[in-house]
Amino acid sequence: MSEQNESLNLTSIQNKLEQAKGSGYWRSLDELASLDGFKEFLHREFPRQASEWIDDEGRRNFLKIMGASLALAGLSACTKQPTEYILPYVETPEHLIPGKPMFYATAFPVSGIANPVLVESHEFRPTKVEGNPEHPASMGAADVPTQASILGLYDPDRLQSVSYIGEIRSYSSFLENFIGVLEKQKAKNGAGLRILTETVTSPSLGAQLQEVLKAYPGAKWYQWEPTGHGRRMGAQLAFGQFLNTTYKFDQAEVVLSIDANFLGNGPGGVKYARDFISKRAVRGGVRTQSRFYAVETTPTATGVKADHRHPIQPSHVEGFVRNLAAVLAGGSPSADAPVPAEAAKFFGALVKDLQAAKGKSIVIAGEDQSPEVHAVVHYINQLLGNNGTTVVLTASLEQKPTDQMADLKALIADLNAGSVDALLILGGNPVYNTPAELNLRGAIQKAKLRIRLGMHEDETAEVCQWNVPEAHAFEQWNDVPAYDGTISIAQPLIAPLYGGKSLHDILAAFTETPEKSSYQVVREYWQAKHAGADFDAWWRHSIHDGFVKGSAAAPVNATAKLIAPVAGAAAAAGGYEISFHSDPYILDGRYSNNAWLQELPRPISRLTWDNAVIVSPKTAKELGVSDEERVSIDFNGHSAWGSIWQVPGQPDGSIALTLGYGRRRIGRAGNGAGFDAYPLRAAATPYFARGAKVTKLGETFRLAAVQHHFAMEGRNPVHAGTLDEFKNDPYFSQRQSELPPKGLTILPETFKYEGYAWGMAIDLTSCMGCHACVVACQAENNIAVVGKEQVLNTREMHWLRIDRYYRNEVENPQTYFQPVACSHCEDAPCEVVCPVAATETDAEGLNNMVYNRCVGTRYCSNNCPYKVRRFNFLLYTDWETESLKLQKNPDVTVRSRGVMEKCTYCVQRINYAKITAEKQDRKVQDGEIVPACAATCPTQAIMFGDLNDPKSRVSEWKRESTNYSLLAELNTRPRTTYLADIRNPNPDVPSTEARGTEKNS
Amino acid sequence: MSQPVELPSEIKVGNVIDEGHSLASVSDKIAGIVLKRKTTFGWIVGLLISFAVLQSLMAAATMLFVKGVGVWGINIPVGWGFAIVNFVWWIGIGHAGTLISAILLLLNQSWRNAINRFAEAMTLFAVMCAGMFPVLHTGRPWLAYWLLPYPNTMDLWPQMRSPLLWDVFAVSTYLTISAVFWFVGLIPDLATLRDTSKKRWQQVLFGALALGWRSSARHWQRYEKASLLLAGLATPLVVSVHTVVSFDFAVSMIPGWHTTIFPPYFVAGAIYSGFGMVLTLMIPVRKFYGLEDIITMRHLNNMAKVTLATGMIVSYGYALEAFFGYYSGDMYEKYMILNRMTGPYAPFYWCLILCNMITPQFLWSKKIRTNPLILWIISIIVNIGMWLERFVIVVTSLHRDFLPSSWSMYWPTVWDWATYIGTIGLFMTLIFLFVRVLPIITIFELRMLLPGARVKEPVAR
Repeated sequence: MSEQNESLNLTSIQNKLEQAKGSGYWRSLDELASLDGFKEFLHREFPRQASEWIDDEGRRNFLKIMGASLALAGLSACTKQPTEYILPYVETPEHLIPGKPMFYATAFPVSGIANPVLVESHEFRPTKVEGNPEHPASMGAADVPTQASILGLYDPDRLQSVSYIGEIRSYSSFLENFIGVLEKQKAKNGAGLRILTETVTSPSLGAQLQEVLKAYPGAKWYQWEPTGHGRRMGAQLAFGQFLNTTYKFDQAEVVLSIDANFLGNGPGGVKYARDFISKRAVRGGVRTQSRFYAVETTPTATGVKADHRHPIQPSHVEGFVRNLAAVLAGGSPSADAPVPAEAAKFFGALVKDLQAAKGKSIVIAGEDQSPEVHAVVHYINQLLGNNGTTVVLTASLEQKPTDQMADLKALIADLNAGSVDALLILGGNPVYNTPAELNLRGAIQKAKLRIRLGMHEDETAEVCQWNVPEAHAFEQWNDVPAYDGTISIAQPLIAPLYGGKSLHDILAAFTETPEKSSYQVVREYWQAKHAGADFDAWWRHSIHDGFVKGSAAAPVNATAKLIAPVAGAAAAAGGYEISFHSDPYILDGRYSNNAWLQELPRPISRLTWDNAVIVSPKTAKELGVSDEERVSIDFNGHSAWGSIWQVPGQPDGSIALTLGYGRRRIGRAGNGAGFDAYPLRAAATPYFARGAKVTKLGETFRLAAVQHHFAMEGRNPVHAGTLDEFKNDPYFSQRQSELPPKGLTILPETFKYEGYAWGMAIDLTSCMGCHACVVACQAENNIAVVGKEQVLNTREMHWLRIDRYYRNEVENPQTYFQPVACSHCEDAPCEVVCPVAATETDAEGLNNMVYNRCVGTRYCSNNCPYKVRRFNFLLYTDWETESLKLQKNPDVTVRSRGVMEKCTYCVQRINYAKITAEKQDRKVQDGEIVPACAATCPTQAIMFGDLNDPKSRVSEWKRESTNYSLLAELNTRPRTTYLADIRNPNPDVPSTEARGTEKNS
Repeated sequence: MSQPVELPSEIKVGNVIDEGHSLASVSDKIAGIVLKRKTTFGWIVGLLISFAVLQSLMAAATMLFVKGVGVWGINIPVGWGFAIVNFVWWIGIGHAGTLISAILLLLNQSWRNAINRFAEAMTLFAVMCAGMFPVLHTGRPWLAYWLLPYPNTMDLWPQMRSPLLWDVFAVSTYLTISAVFWFVGLIPDLATLRDTSKKRWQQVLFGALALGWRSSARHWQRYEKASLLLAGLATPLVVSVHTVVSFDFAVSMIPGWHTTIFPPYFVAGAIYSGFGMVLTLMIPVRKFYGLEDIITMRHLNNMAKVTLATGMIVSYGYALEAFFGYYSGDMYEKYMILNRMTGPYAPFYWCLILCNMITPQFLWSKKIRTNPLILWIISIIVNIGMWLERFVIVVTSLHRDFLPSSWSMYWPTVWDWATYIGTIGLFMTLIFLFVRVLPIITIFELRMLLPGARVKEPVAR
């Protein structure tokens, strides 16, 4: 097709006519008729593509388009269902082998930070996300939101069309209107134009925005995201400039986390987890571990893995870090903010450890901590000589780093002044997630024209006139930096399902007509950056790899200063402290319509579908409330109603609130889940606040937890010990449960597994309970979502669950994670009781579930001591929603009602590898088969392979002295075994360990 | 061969049958219930209520077939709930009939004659109710026939190692034998009804069912032989069926299920509950149909004694279960019994102990054994107790097994209750129909108890 005169074709003329209304209609037609282009159009009688018939290349395209439009004509013309034909490709697209998936590198950005991924695509239908093994930030692993992103793509509740005040419009009619507005603004230099985006990190998008601001000098661009201020502004406070901080956990001997949930969460989480665990795993002759201290305002999956973890009230955090800074600088703790009693126990030991590991330690502050805390932590790292060694400072990855709270206030001031003619909200959901007292919702309606680009018809869409569907990350071209600045050029996997547009598309419409596609924008940007003859090769290479090699941000030198405490920071005492935390999965609420994430149990609270008012058991007693009792929390003139959930290890007197819930308008999964904590989050106290009032409401609201019992009851499902214990007695783990002799069976040894013998080992030291494996399993194996009601009756379907156990005192228990899936027992109790032989162990030791044969007696599940079988009590699989069908993995049976299911060790992957190996006349090699859980595990805690191969890594793991079978005393001979959880507590810290005296939660 | 005994023309046969009955009066009285007695208002109301209750089974089953077993309260870990509790309960109830008709026949217990027909019918109906649950409880009931060993193109057979499959054989055999035994026993009485009835349609109907019975000596000789053979066949079933049912639990590895004491303990429990149910039904029937002279105090007394005896065996079972829980030294077993006694389902356990261990002790008193009202109340408590026993075994064992992380609770839903109550409706409907259309007491056997019924020369066997 020729590139010229693109503006005039049949579609655009039709669109133009479509826009015209009333009396204007004829005038428009007159005007239209007077256009030169239109005359030409009339002259040629046919749409201009017709002339392409002569041109060979063009003819093919024309035929394709004609074919397509004829097919579409059939779709739209009549009410009768069109006849559908299944046709083979006339020309197979390049590289496509039906049935064989293809993998494309791209990136899934969260808050502007790329998670590098490979997306599995079946006949151009993306089905599964894997980490990009070549990318330094992923190394094949992916975190929870990234794993679940594929469901976000197929979310049936996505905004599906452009609308104007509720009426469906075409995109071109939006553009026409928008360009009209722009033309008016041109005269005012764009003074009435405001653009609100989330944090922008894409270089091409940044350039586009600058161009827009150049063309409309009066226009303003603001950014707002509810989280991430602490980190951004902390660097600004400490260094006087916006800097990005990355960490090298693989070089850190001592780590102190100040409320930081850095393992597997947030920017670089996957990489940090890998690095951190590389210093923690005690395998293959390694007999050392780094030491990890955590000071937390609410238990996180990261913090509970610490050797010493101490709960601390949010208001004490700053005092704690300041004292630490003072002591490390050679002074003594300040008198007016002494080290809180909870932390005093290990403070001395911590200081000693940190001083001994200068340049080899990391102090890291969490996302939910204030800029002051971050600033002091920067200073501490500098004191310890970590900056430049384990802590790397680079220029900010943001295109325009700014105080977003100030941005927001400025925007609201503009709005209230009535000076905004057109407000573009590009992404984000500010009406929902901005501080309530600023009343953005009211202010926004003072803008004359409100345009929103968004994925859902949400709270912000409600107050905007124009709503344009936003393209999903897998539907658009983009360029985003990873946590260390490495640029990923993200390619789309599928044409936008609902005609979604990217930010690039919208911004392109500002300056050019017709607007450039996002592909052109991104490509042209990088062409300018990487000019030269080899651009094409470079471009193709970068897209293929998923990232631009060597594009990581360069380290900078900066000196942190110790900032002075803010005077009058101590607010009114009395009442309770409340701290705000983004949810580990749905984050600030942006993924709240993702049913996988909603149903994924939170690592600590084990809750699904709701957030809760997290309090310590002691505080609950003080309040006279029990679990699931509803309370009202009042602060700053606003209140939130939530259910109490007691979590051991939560600091007394403080309440942790999770953001991102209580959505009114988002979709079927997010609506009505949990309560909205944003109203309590005042602009002045976005991290924590003091003086909240808690009132009992005298009613209960049930919470769906997947685990109800948290003590081990002396059964030691998790074998755990300290590094010293391990050094003294490498076989300590074998003594923590009863082991029957292997020959203790009345059954004859009838079967020798002679070919492959598949098995798995899970290193509990490495598992940090992030749940990425669970959601990866869900995506890979077409596991259904069951909903809150079903979870309440413990009918969740996850094949893999991560049990969480407590040990020792309730105030601050030792916490252990244990992933449990089908153990593929050699003497499987499930097998003998099935009356129809629907579950059988095969010659390679896989306990196979034959869905077709299952009649659903559930006897197998009753007799399974691990309770890992899952039953389709009802029709859980959604057979109705079209978009969700696209996500299904074609290699895995979609189960229906009345059938038992369970972990298969990803048998489809095993067989794929076996077939490949057989075709090449060789054995399957170690590492060739990676189950979905193991593939995505950021810490590589799961190892799978052939037990008959003594050199396989899984065999090596199983030879470790810490290797044990769960419930070994039952002699089921599980193929999945565990390596004991080993921690490295400081012997100088008074021990609270008292094995055997565990308490129930 | 014993010497012929000179019998007096009048003889007191204990109080198996009250004095004053003659051969004709017995026939008239029992056959009259079917043929002459007007359909009473009470019967119609009773049947209507039972039939209405049966409809809740229809509704529940429909709901179940449309939605799936998820309409019940079952979950993971408690994969079996009311369905299996009720299955075992009904099967247990069935046992009294077989015991009375088969074992007591072989033991020549003459007092059984007045109650065996009724008890056998009860067995049949109870097994019908029980048999429904294994099908209903499967996730895909339309494929439940896969449990049957039938030749098929896939060359697939059921898995012979599964106790559920043994159940299929045990229960289906039991149902077959019970039905045949019952029907064979009915033949002479059907002939009596045919001969006594005045209405043509009754004569045709009963005539067809009587299979040409002419009361000839040859018929009687064959009948006696068949009865004995069937009794011989049914006797092991009394023991085997509930033994196999107990295997469902005992063969598994769940603490609280994996117990060697289960087979005898289940059989005793079954007989216990069966006699309980016979008493529950017999006492009102006896009253409403004025059969106090045929189902006498001696019957009630004897049944109460059996109830007491089996109740003691069951109690012994509970005691041993608790003892072994402690004595095994196995932490799972220990926890299991502790959890039963003090866990969230403790009230159920203690209720069960009250119903099954304490209540039967009243039956030591002859006064209570011969007081129909108190006996009836005790029999109902026994039935509740036995239901609780199955609930405790099924639910409390499953809800907390090995890994504390998967511990959970089971609570029945309205559909669980509807299914359960619905089967009671079915049972009662069948009982009501039975008492109206068939002789509830074996006429000819009763007549044999009467003075002069026996020929002077004992029949050679």
